[in-house]
Amino acid sequence: MDTLLDVRDLHVEFRTRDGVAKAVNGVNYSVNAGETLAVLGESGSGKSVTAQAIMGILDSPPGHITRGRIFFQGADVLSLHREARRVLRGARMAMIFQDALSALNPVLSVGDQLGEMFVVHRGLSRRDARARAVELMDRVRIPAARQRVGDYPHQFSGGMRQRIMIAMAMALEPDLIIADEPTTALDVTVQAQVMELLAELQREMRMGLILITHDLGVVADVADKIAVMYAGRIVETAPVHQIYQRPAHPYTKGLLDSIPRLDQKGQELYAIKGLPPSLLRIPPGCPFHPRCPMAQEVCRTDEPPLYEVGPKRGSACHFWKETLGG
Amino acid sequence: MGRYVIRRLLQMIPVFVGSTFLIFVMVYALGDPVAALFGERAPDPATAAQIRRDLYLDHPLWQQYTHYMAQIFQGNFGTAFTGQPVLELMGSAWPLTIRLTIVAIIVEAVIGVILGIITGLRRGRSVDTGVLVLTLIVVSIPTFVSGYVLQFLFGVKWGVVNPSVSPAASFDELALPGVVLALVSLAYVTRLTRTSIAENTRADYVRTAVAKGLPRRRVILRHLLRNSLIPVVTFIGTDIGALMGGAIVTERIFNIHGVGYQLYQGILRQNSPTVVGFVTILVIVFLVANLLVDLLYAVLDPRIRYA
Ligand SMILES: Nc1ncnc2c1ncn2[C@@H]1O[C@H](COP(=O)(O)OP(=O)(O)O)[C@@H](O)[C@H]1O
Ligand code: SF4
Ligand SMILES: [Mg+2]
Repeated sequence: MDTLLDVRDLHVEFRTRDGVAKAVNGVNYSVNAGETLAVLGESGSGKSVTAQAIMGILDSPPGHITRGRIFFQGADVLSLHREARRVLRGARMAMIFQDALSALNPVLSVGDQLGEMFVVHRGLSRRDARARAVELMDRVRIPAARQRVGDYPHQFSGGMRQRIMIAMAMALEPDLIIADEPTTALDVTVQAQVMELLAELQREMRMGLILITHDLGVVADVADKIAVMYAGRIVETAPVHQIYQRPAHPYTKGLLDSIPRLDQKGQELYAIKGLPPSLLRIPPGCPFHPRCPMAQEVCRTDEPPLYEVGPKRGSACHFWKETLGG
Repeated sequence: MGRYVIRRLLQMIPVFVGSTFLIFVMVYALGDPVAALFGERAPDPATAAQIRRDLYLDHPLWQQYTHYMAQIFQGNFGTAFTGQPVLELMGSAWPLTIRLTIVAIIVEAVIGVILGIITGLRRGRSVDTGVLVLTLIVVSIPTFVSGYVLQFLFGVKWGVVNPSVSPAASFDELALPGVVLALVSLAYVTRLTRTSIAENTRADYVRTAVAKGLPRRRVILRHLLRNSLIPVVTFIGTDIGALMGGAIVTERIFNIHGVGYQLYQGILRQNSPTVVGFVTILVIVFLVANLLVDLLYAVLDPRIRYA
């Protein structure tokens, strides 16, 4: 399989008045054509920042990529010229944001915002672009697309708005889509429909998908592999089913135990105790050690590398064997 | 929308009546208009009584007011101290002031928005700090000071413009007075645009626009600016009335016989028909400009719906 995207040893920091927040600290992951990678982790673990670095939309300043490389279809995008980078965005790699209401421009009609993709990247006339916008809206199953193409984002329901976001990302049939918590802002009933639509379009167009989420429940059906992030690091990566059956990192285990399960109704939900560390002062050794039920002395001093724990599996835990076994 | 406009127009009536009545009371409290009419000479008592009757001065104030308003709506604004009908004064004064205001609005909108964009996008850099200090200086200098200084520099010292505007008052003659009139508003527009741009550069939809691969120009002009200009347009709209009222100083400096000049003369000579007449029209301009701004707001921001 072709490697579509390869992120290597990515480091991102934010230089703010309070100090340097090390948001991403050596992330490695890759996505093949047509494959879905789910990126998991509590909020603040650097999932979005990694995505922004890939897209080239980091807030800079204060954000800076201090180390690492990002290969997209073999090309090192971080060394590309600004204009060459821009042409990739939207056309070859696209992003779906969490909150469509704030991510869509409130004063432009959805038709204008969808059509703009064709005007800018394909040189279509406004008229033709509008026709394509209607097609796109049909494609993501927005009822009465022709009548609604001139409407503004606030006139749509949350689910419909997110469909428009998806349509915008899919407009030019990119090779890679990054969906940053695409269903988090939606009602539970709509979440499944939107997720289904996304998965369906991805299959049809054979796009690589990075699905960022903090909801393990969403992942099982759609993802091929999982990367779990903690304090700006990948702490575990594995094919999706293996991770559910046998996590190799205590943090993943904690996340899995936090999913409400039907067969355990009434039982108290296990949640990981404590809070994620401040990115201004990440603890030495294993960054998870203050919260880890299995932490030993070595965890306080030595940072675990990403051990290879099986075929295509890695875990950044000194005690991955014990974790797998227990 | 239509119903909203009608409601707004109806709401204007009490505001109009209230503000004009207040002005009416204040102007008539200034002194005896008949005595003012005759200046130094002592009026012949019979003539004075006749004038008093004509002006309804022998009636209670509210009747004077209603009589006056009724006259105004028939197009009769009374006569000025020169014996000229006030309507005639208006015919010559309003076009001048309107032209001056147009120049000022263009100056404050174009220069203010451009400076606002530049500083908003380059926050904290030297251009930003420089312009910010400049706006602070401009705001803290009264118009009559900056007006005389600029008039002296450009008109007298360097002789690039005529220090005094001719009665024809063409647009190029009004350039310097327009700048003087606009100066303070220009500083406000700059700051308002800057703040608004700075706020919106971090907005999610701007990030989306960048993620769509749009060129920087398009991101700024089509996505960032459209949203950022909404409060600016509102300010400029409501500023129309303020500029016309504020023209009183500028018009005196450059000897423009516009509304401000006539108002000033009217007050100086205690000529109530002139003062009340001009102010009444100013009030109407204010009210209409405000309504137009609100309607424009709905055009610029589709989330606003008037019903
Ligand atoms: N624009 C920014 N300015 C300063 N710090 C930022 C910015 N964006 C992100 N960060 C820092 O990066 C951390 C990780 O953020 P993010 O990647 O958004 O987390 P998540 O995993 O929830 O998506 C945040 O907690 C914050 O400290
Ligand atoms: S290295 Fe130690 S602290 Fe870190 S996850 Fe493993 S056991 Fe826990
Ligand atoms: Mg996030």
